[in-house]
Amino acid sequence: MSNKTFRKWAAASLLSLSASTVAIADTFVFTAIPDEDETKLVERFRGVADYLSEQLGTEVRYIPVKSYAAAVSAFRNNQVQLAWFGGLSGVQARRLVEGSEALAQGVEDEAFQTYFIANTNTGIEPGDSLQSMADDLKDRTFTFGSKGSTSGRLMPEFHIREAFESAPEDVFSRVGFSGNHTRTLRLVEAGTYEVGALNFQVWEKELSDGNIDTDSVQVVWKTPPYPDYQWTIRGDVNERFGDGFKEKVKQALLNLDDPALLESFPRSGFIPASNDDYEPIRKTAESIGILD
Amino acid sequence: MLAYPTVRTSFLFLAIALAGLLVADIAITTSNPWQDLGRFFLGVATPNFFSTEGLFTALLRTVAFAFVGVTLGSICGFLLALIYRFLPVRIFCAFIRAIHELFWALIFLQFFGFHPLTGVLAIAIPYAGIFAKVYSEILEQADPEPARLLPPGTHAFAAFLYARIPDCWAQLRTYTAYRLECGLRSSAILGFVGLPTLGFYLEASFSQGQYSDAGAMLILFYVLIATIPLWVRPRLLPAYVVAAPFFLGEGLPIVWGNVKRFFTEDIIPSPIRKGEGLAELSGWMSDLMINEALPGIWNTVVLTQIALVATGILSLLAFPLISNHFGGPVRRTSGHIFLVIARSTPEYILAYILLQLWGPSMLPAVVALALHNGGIIGHLIGRQTNTLQLRPDAPTGFARYSWELVPRVYHSFLAFLFYRWEIIMRETAILGILGIYTLGFYVDSAIQNIRFDRAMVLILITALLNIGIDALGRHIRRKLALQTMPTC
Repeated sequence: MSNKTFRKWAAASLLSLSASTVAIADTFVFTAIPDEDETKLVERFRGVADYLSEQLGTEVRYIPVKSYAAAVSAFRNNQVQLAWFGGLSGVQARRLVEGSEALAQGVEDEAFQTYFIANTNTGIEPGDSLQSMADDLKDRTFTFGSKGSTSGRLMPEFHIREAFESAPEDVFSRVGFSGNHTRTLRLVEAGTYEVGALNFQVWEKELSDGNIDTDSVQVVWKTPPYPDYQWTIRGDVNERFGDGFKEKVKQALLNLDDPALLESFPRSGFIPASNDDYEPIRKTAESIGILD
Repeated sequence: MLAYPTVRTSFLFLAIALAGLLVADIAITTSNPWQDLGRFFLGVATPNFFSTEGLFTALLRTVAFAFVGVTLGSICGFLLALIYRFLPVRIFCAFIRAIHELFWALIFLQFFGFHPLTGVLAIAIPYAGIFAKVYSEILEQADPEPARLLPPGTHAFAAFLYARIPDCWAQLRTYTAYRLECGLRSSAILGFVGLPTLGFYLEASFSQGQYSDAGAMLILFYVLIATIPLWVRPRLLPAYVVAAPFFLGEGLPIVWGNVKRFFTEDIIPSPIRKGEGLAELSGWMSDLMINEALPGIWNTVVLTQIALVATGILSLLAFPLISNHFGGPVRRTSGHIFLVIARSTPEYILAYILLQLWGPSMLPAVVALALHNGGIIGHLIGRQTNTLQLRPDAPTGFARYSWELVPRVYHSFLAFLFYRWEIIMRETAILGILGIYTLGFYVDSAIQNIRFDRAMVLILITALLNIGIDALGRHIRRKLALQTMPTC
């Protein structure tokens, strides 16, 4: 490459670069756990960023992360001030950041569920309890979602341990972590894993969108309800963004009524939440030893 | 034949690998692996270069991180090379290079977060350790004669600059340029943990089955690496080095309190942090050792040994592809393309692709490691055979391969293989992040559960294991009198 073309190329890249970055000094930054396909998340949370930016009168930016832990770390390190967490990641984050609060949860998050799904080639029939399906489930291959997921790991592991009185590795012949709920669905549908556990909302949404081959995969068990996703905010946002900022964020989230945006979560709306709502999650996490 | 120590060593390692196969988890678990593989190749054949608006920015960032990281690493490495004769320096360098770039990135992510420094240091630190070692080896081999001819009283610095450097300059330059290529690979895979390089988009496209998008990214990456001689020119280098820091992106600002917290709280074993006493600490430690470290070490060693032998076999099968002693130009050209692709694709990306296609087991990891490392060694050995002159009446075909060429290159083949032993192990450990139960799996689990104390112990164990294999590899190479130039 000659010097001249290099200069042109450098100038062009510089332009594209300055267009793609924004001043971050007073930008309110939020993130979300990467529980689904990335394109979906980026689309959904860019919408949320635009909405919040309009409501709060501050610049709002969403940054995508590659793992649940990265979301928690970014929140803890004050590189993001707000996050859409799962039950477990929210508990982890609030333990690490003093003064942080659960602001709002989805209407559906008060009584969230995990679905156990199985590839139809296995012949596993839907049952009322995991115990009653013991013969069918033992020595199958099984996949969780992400290691840090509530609906994809914590709750299913808890119920497996309760039903079989042993660790998942001893119940199943192979245990994997698909990474996220969409992947769990695809892997069980394709037969890579015979059984899996995922977020019921992801299942229901993919089903109604016609994205599931119901001849290949079906729901075989549903967990009892538990609290899950929530918006959590750092305790020190008022100092940084002005008095009453936290309340403004909360009101903005509770008032969110754009059907397209809600549909993308999918939630029918947001309602107030508190740290205490997630006590059951903390206890469960401690009981299976993934929280000290 | 068994009288030769090289042959005995080869059979010993072959036997270990075969025993490893008996206990390893080798399986294809997807019901339709070939159909997916077909869809993947179709994707590569029908690339979509306009999927993500950020693709070209990502490519630019990949180059920028590589340049800044490798430059910083080579400067620090050079300074360390000057004092490399001191044992503490050698131990320090062995330690920092025993920890993989991705592990460094995972550590820095915890306190620098998404700041460019995370990616830069993740490359610069291990590279400094490698540069220090190789630079010092190169400097050591310099001819001492010119220095002796200098007038007495010449300043040591002047003597170094005028009598030592000129003799090794070409070698230093070749090696540094070579590391830049490695740096591009390292930079690309940093995206898998969230830095804004190519891996970020590659992971997203692959996990969603968008093979045409992923294919486009892979093709761009190959073109980038294959055209290095065209765009990395000595005269342009200063411009690149000066410009690169401005293309890293802004990321998010560093909060310095996090750094202190990480070192004074996060990585302190939790029983000590909570002041629970020695009994608790030993319980914590033995739980970590029995449930995570030991299974992790076992799987890492088994997988490494199988991958090492698979790499050897593949190298021996692959080198004729580019050797002048066989076939015509068409086959050699396609052989070159195959080997370039095999060695330009980072193991991590190959393993990631194969895991998506075949499902989780050690098999995708073995194939990925063998393809990448076999591609490198096959290329080097093939090139070496091209310098050999055979008798005009030398046999042809298989007899030429087995009786003329292999015996002549076998020594350097083993030298390269044992040199790469440690590199294969470092990669094996890191592949655990993808879900194979090697040490990286447990490190990743600890980080996912926000238990950095556990993660640090496991990373330390990984580093020690690596240093051990490195020492053993060097011992074997010395014993068999094998010499080699470093590869990455």
